[in-house]
Amino acid sequence: MMDLIKDIITGICFFIGSLSIIIGACGLIKFPDVFSRIHAAGMIDTGGTAFFLLGMIIQTGWSLITVKLLLVGIFIFFTSPVSSHVIANLARQKKMVPIGRKIGKLL
Amino acid sequence: MYLAALIACAISGLLILVRIILGKTTFDRVLAVNSLGTLIVIGIALHGFFMGRPEFVDIAIVYALINFIGTIGILKLLSTGSFGESK
Repeated sequence: MMDLIKDIITGICFFIGSLSIIIGACGLIKFPDVFSRIHAAGMIDTGGTAFFLLGMIIQTGWSLITVKLLLVGIFIFFTSPVSSHVIANLARQKKMVPIGRKIGKLL
Repeated sequence: MYLAALIACAISGLLILVRIILGKTTFDRVLAVNSLGTLIVIGIALHGFFMGRPEFVDIAIVYALINFIGTIGILKLLSTGSFGESK
């Protein structure tokens, strides 16, 4: 009984994670420029990773593997915004302009 | 269950590879490679669970570290033209 509940919760978590990584990859193809593609990459980094790791943590229970999975989750949770910010900042320094705005309005 | 999640990771990785090939600027490619690295981290952990050996999570930790360092290194090289060695 307990195993069945664990499997169902893990399946739901994996389903949401798979949906969010596929949506993120489609957005990475569809969106027009770098600044909007960063949103799609953030979808992969937060939604996908969080739900997949949550499903695996529920599946293992309490052990050393749980701590390691939490370490992976915390690390990606802190470093993904840092790399997104660095990419956006550097693209802005190289005079790339987000489409849909006038240059004079943005600066 | 694990197999379905791995197939979803593979499909998503192929879609990201299309962006790496088509990407107009370098920043698009760096962003897509960073996302692909995150997907590979998830994929390594899932593969370990799928084969019944969850110790593969160690490799996932190392891959996450190297992915972040690589992204920051490429962006630093693009920004300043060097890796910051002293003159």
